[in-house]
Amino acid sequence: MRHRLVLALAAAVAVAATVGAAIAVDAAGRPARAAAPSAIAPLPLQLSGTGLYADGSMSVVRSGNVAFSPQYPLWSDGATKRRWINIPAGRSIDASNPDAFQFPPGTKLWKEFGHGRPIETRYIERLSDGSWRYATYVWNADGTEATLAPEDGIASVAAPTAPGGRYAIPSRNDCLACHEGQAVPVLGFSALQLSRDRDEQAPHAEPRRSGDADLADFVARGIIRNLPRSLLDDPPRIVAATPAGRAALGYMHANCGHCHNATGAVAGIELVLAQSAVDPAASAQATLDSLVGHASRFQMHGGGATARVVPGKASESVIAARMQSTNPLTRMPPLGVSVSDAEGIGAVERWIQQDLTPQPEITP
Amino acid sequence: MNRTPAGRRTRIAAPLVALMFAFAGAPDVAAAADAPKPRAQAPASADKVARGKYLVTVAGCNDCHTPWKMGARGPEPDMSRMLSGHPQDANLPPPPKLPEGPWVVTAAATNTAWSGPWGVSYTANLTPDPETGLGKWTQRNFTDTIRTGRHMGRGRQILPPMPIPMYKNFTDADLEAIFSYLQTIPAVSNRVPEPVAPAAAK
Repeated sequence: MRHRLVLALAAAVAVAATVGAAIAVDAAGRPARAAAPSAIAPLPLQLSGTGLYADGSMSVVRSGNVAFSPQYPLWSDGATKRRWINIPAGRSIDASNPDAFQFPPGTKLWKEFGHGRPIETRYIERLSDGSWRYATYVWNADGTEATLAPEDGIASVAAPTAPGGRYAIPSRNDCLACHEGQAVPVLGFSALQLSRDRDEQAPHAEPRRSGDADLADFVARGIIRNLPRSLLDDPPRIVAATPAGRAALGYMHANCGHCHNATGAVAGIELVLAQSAVDPAASAQATLDSLVGHASRFQMHGGGATARVVPGKASESVIAARMQSTNPLTRMPPLGVSVSDAEGIGAVERWIQQDLTPQPEITP
Repeated sequence: MNRTPAGRRTRIAAPLVALMFAFAGAPDVAAAADAPKPRAQAPASADKVARGKYLVTVAGCNDCHTPWKMGARGPEPDMSRMLSGHPQDANLPPPPKLPEGPWVVTAAATNTAWSGPWGVSYTANLTPDPETGLGKWTQRNFTDTIRTGRHMGRGRQILPPMPIPMYKNFTDADLEAIFSYLQTIPAVSNRVPEPVAPAAAK
């Protein structure tokens, strides 16, 4: 009963959090609600109207929509995922800054989340005015169509293989919370994530499917232009002392770095978990500097961990405790998960335990 | 078992909070003039800061974000700790367990700690202290928080009794004025505890 009360209040708070009708952001990530929408068509009410599939099909992907898979996937309560991108003919992604791709107007991305069957397909589109808009489409049980979800999301839909048999459809504000947290709102499609030098130890690593394009493929097709040649000759790779460290940094990059980075919305927290394709040694060092021995502003109740990371002691590290927590007021990430990710947490804990050498105590 | 439906309790919560605001006396903002001088701030126009001070006053921010004390004329906000949130040294006992029925919320005497179906919430330090307040926040962080009801727009949910459902309707200009004013008030080092989830959510 009390749990239901909490859910009701949480729902009330979530409903209260919704703002505006058109959720689009400008190139700098600021809400662009006041932008005149007259020249921009409203979102299609059905997924079939977004151009993902061939005419008359809900399974055959339309020619020109290119599948890809990031080497470090975002973990979402164990949902399986498929992803596609479409760049309008005659346009391309400008990779002059390999850490912040510039996508042309007309860019579309889709990401299908499944638990035994497709549950939702999320959709991002860059509009002609340069703003971005976000939507998600919820599949019917038969898998014959997916319908635009309400802006407030859906607290719970049936998903038999999901934790608890339920699955939450995010609100559009939830979309913005993650996608607005870094310089470019597209996540998972970057030089590092598409690198041909894939990390086989990445938690939840997905085997590259037939037809999935990687960084070199996108360059070869002319979809990505202006990528420095050095990143084709020497594909991007996270810098770490060990394979376990590489996997842990990659996991945090994908699951935490969209908010916790050096330049985004919450840079003031001074926690840098995003890795760079351009200068991976510097970004890895920035991660270590912002974690190891760094006092945590978040203080656990009942004492315990007080530093973000204590070398060699995962149990005394706040980031591990918050990743393990299922308390919605404590857990990290705060969105998109309801249960802790044993594989991902294990990777981070092994890195803390085995790779990070405790600092020697200085005695007088 | 005579339990109150969850939906009804939710409906109860909003007017309850409004009622508490109605009873809360207007704080003596002028007393803040006796407080320590604020730290150096990025310049904001005097008009904007004055507008922000006005909005903070009439929106009742001091009712919960400034600890209350017993004064000569009864409970009053302790303006020496203006908007510094729940005192870190309050050391409160666990909230009382309420019997089933229409009473669902309790508040500490400071008016800075609240217990209800959402757990226990503590009001935030809104002063520009860099380590415990909003000193490292940006305007965007503040606006995103109020607009979304999430910490910095992307973290945990902001809990009752913070009236996000009303405050999210502030205009951007209002929120800029409020944040500009908050950045000029005296910084108070006060680390507010994290909220406590109800037992069912632990």
